[in-house]
Amino acid sequence: MAKKPVKTAAKSQPKAAKAVRVKAAAEDQSTNLYEGMIPVARLRDKDIYRHVVSVLVDNEAGVLARVIGLFAGRGYNIESLTVAEVDHERGLSRINIATSGTHQTIDQIKAQLGRLVPVHVVRDLTDDGPSVARELALVKVAGIGEKRVEALRIGDIFRANVVDSSTQSFVFEVVGNTDKVDAFIELMKPLGLVEVSRTGVAALARGAAGIEK
Amino acid sequence: MAEAQTAERGDSTEKFVGARIILKALEEQGVEVVFGYPGGAVLPIYDELFKQNRIRHVLVRHEQGAVHAAEGYARSTGKVGCVLVTSGPGATNAVTGLTDALMDSIPLVCLTGQVPTHLIGNDAFQEADTIGITRPCTKHNYLVRDVNQLAQTIHEAFYVARSGRPGPVVVDLPKDVCMAMGPYTTAPKGVQRKQHKTYRPKTKGDSAAIAHAVALMAAAKKPVFYTGGGVINAGPRASKLLRELVALTGFPITSTLMGLGAYPASGDAWLGMLGMHGTYEANLAMHDCDVMINIGARFDDRVTGNLKFFSPGSKKIHVDIDASSINKNVIVDIGIVGDGASVLEDMLAMWKARRYQADQKAIKAWWRQIEEWKARGCLGYEQKGKLIKPQYAIQRLFELTKHKKTYITTEVGQHQMWAAQFCRFEEPNRWLTSGGLGTMGYGLPAAVGVQMAHRDALVVDIAGEASIMMNIQELSTAVQYRLPVKVFIINNQYMGMVRQWQELLHGGRYSESYSEALPDFVKLAEAFGCVGMRVSDPKKVDDTIKEMIAIDRPVVCDVVVDQKENCFPMIPSGKAHNEMILGQDGKTGKPITGEGLALV
Ligand SMILES: Cc1cc2nc3c(=O)[nH]c(=O)nc-3n(C[C@H](O)[C@H](O)[C@H](O)COP(=O)(O)OP(=O)(O)OC[C@H]3O[C@@H](n4cnc5c(N)ncnc54)[C@H](O)[C@@H]3O)c2cc1C
Ligand SMILES: Cc1ncc(C[n+]2csc(CCOP(=O)(O)OP(=O)(O)O)c2C)c(N)n1
Ligand SMILES: [Mg+2]
Repeated sequence: MAKKPVKTAAKSQPKAAKAVRVKAAAEDQSTNLYEGMIPVARLRDKDIYRHVVSVLVDNEAGVLARVIGLFAGRGYNIESLTVAEVDHERGLSRINIATSGTHQTIDQIKAQLGRLVPVHVVRDLTDDGPSVARELALVKVAGIGEKRVEALRIGDIFRANVVDSSTQSFVFEVVGNTDKVDAFIELMKPLGLVEVSRTGVAALARGAAGIEK
Repeated sequence: MAEAQTAERGDSTEKFVGARIILKALEEQGVEVVFGYPGGAVLPIYDELFKQNRIRHVLVRHEQGAVHAAEGYARSTGKVGCVLVTSGPGATNAVTGLTDALMDSIPLVCLTGQVPTHLIGNDAFQEADTIGITRPCTKHNYLVRDVNQLAQTIHEAFYVARSGRPGPVVVDLPKDVCMAMGPYTTAPKGVQRKQHKTYRPKTKGDSAAIAHAVALMAAAKKPVFYTGGGVINAGPRASKLLRELVALTGFPITSTLMGLGAYPASGDAWLGMLGMHGTYEANLAMHDCDVMINIGARFDDRVTGNLKFFSPGSKKIHVDIDASSINKNVIVDIGIVGDGASVLEDMLAMWKARRYQADQKAIKAWWRQIEEWKARGCLGYEQKGKLIKPQYAIQRLFELTKHKKTYITTEVGQHQMWAAQFCRFEEPNRWLTSGGLGTMGYGLPAAVGVQMAHRDALVVDIAGEASIMMNIQELSTAVQYRLPVKVFIINNQYMGMVRQWQELLHGGRYSESYSEALPDFVKLAEAFGCVGMRVSDPKKVDDTIKEMIAIDRPVVCDVVVDQKENCFPMIPSGKAHNEMILGQDGKTGKPITGEGLALV
């Protein structure tokens, strides 16, 4: 019983020299052995990373529900999500998702998105090269006197526009990457921050190539 | 008629009523049988069904049964199963079946009726948000709002159901769309079909990755093949290639519950099933191996046990058509996205071209170790005394039917695991069980579906007395269509699997797991128009089975068995492969505590 399976067609063949070289390759699994290989060490990394993932989808009814349902159903984190039609002729929408997780989780998210039927492309704007990301926030600050002046001054530094003002309040429009918007809001807190409305992240890869490559 | 047929052949300007378009599309997709149940919203489709005789309709007795029957049909033929149900309750009743098919990767197209488009959202009579409800339990779903899209949507549904990782697809059909006039368009053919605008699953594995996988295999000293349902999904050719590769390498092979039959149980390299109720030798081989070759299995928790201790020393190769299966539960060294058959073919070709040879000395030593594990006889049981041991009943059933073209379906519970352990499958597609969802009530309707596809085969549902009550109504379907399915009830008067867990995890407090007030299954069978039989004497088991399989009608055989038998081996939840409980020494192990208690 134990002997039979090893008797194979290969038996009569000479032991190839290659088999030795093979061993060396097999032992060294830590490095990238071929293009596209995901190193185990990367997957074992338990640190959490923030990623922006862009998904080009058919702009059909329910497609957003599919994406959101996927995140909710599998317990993935959504920090922000934006969606809008970007190509009317072809009926394409772009969804940008800011999410965070371990490398393993992020890879899962991309694979799960990739197998949704109406999805054309999934692109990791954090991992697949440099990218630009922007979001817009409307920030309402109420106060008088010195605080009001200070809010205006900081708004200036952040190149925020005042889009509404009353004697006791401003609404600032601030645009930038998430960190900048976060920082602005943080600074407004002691100055009478009332409420914030944010668009979530819109992002594109740098350079000439589009998402469809 | 002749005129109509000419026009029907190609795309034309001719218009058809929506319901007719649906049937034409089904026909073009090769549908022979539809499992369904009528209702207001699908009356136009039923009217068209009435007018033709190319597609057979099987009237089930509950929509859940329709879906399981279609699963049985699909799994036993490799084709896409087809279901037709009405709106509202028809669709919601189908949900369990759809979820079952999603978990087990079974290709289905389920047509659901819907209220007319202008009433959608109005809480109309028998309206349910079928698309919303079925979104998480289907591979994809469609709401057809325009009769001009109808034919293409149905063609696409079949394409999606069968391509890549197979799964269930729902097409929701508002009644007005079924009654509107529109054109018929044929399905995209050839290259065109492959060029679906978004869904184009990768079937060819990356050759650099395959090369490294094969090199790793060639250098292995303690390898094991761990194969799964994906090999069945990949078609009979994949099973053939797998057998070749196993023979060529001489490596041992184990399989999940879902993959049984891909490699023959009589094969030299067969270790039996692995996992929670798998064999001692299969699980220890997994634990101790140095190279694991996973083909079409998804590292399910029933299989891996505690992930922290799962096969700690091995390099892992994983072949799967679904990229999301790779590195989901277990991090692997080499992930290969591709179809099982295609990758196996490439592996074989590479192994041969590079004249690889397994490390014979090491493999021999490995087999010696495995033989030692095998010698434990982990599936041993003793048939003594006046009570029928459930294992004995199943083993005899297998022995007395193995020479026939036999298909086995199961319900869920201990009987299911014993069936997996004691029925030894030689061919793929002969074993049908609810693995991922574990749906009690799966087996009988699935058997109906199998028998519809294989009229001359012996189809046996190995059932539990509790499970069978969940879709017992399908006996009527079997009778109506003269489907001689056999329901072989392993009647232990307990939800045995629940009782076993209560014994091992909850101090023997058998809360609500006794099958109280059971019907008399013999009389029940007779009331349905089936043949009823009962056996409780071990000496009469053989004769009863022989009699059962000789009857060319549906039979319910009530096998009264030992109530207290437990299913072993067992890896308790939260434990590792090398912490199995073996049953035959009468030891049931220590009570399970700690983390394991919270796991399912
Ligand atoms: C009570 C109970 C006890 C159980 N105990 C056990 C047990 O002891 N042992 C056990 O094994 N199971 C057991 N199960 C079943 C278990 O829950 C899982 O259903 C099963 O292990 C999954 O099998 P699988 O890994 O083969 O994956 P499947 O669910 O069959 O999935 C198939 C995999 O193959 C991939 N695939 C699909 N098509 C292809 C293709 N063409 N090419 C390549 N890949 C493809 C899919 O993407 C997927 O990853 C039990 C179930 C129940 C109800
Ligand atoms: C629909 C459904 N409900 C509940 C369960 C949980 N469950 C798993 S096995 C089992 C008991 C099955 O009893 P029986 O059919 O008699 O089989 P046995 O274990 O006794 O062989 C139950 C309740 C399930 N799997 N499916
Ligand atoms: Mg029982």
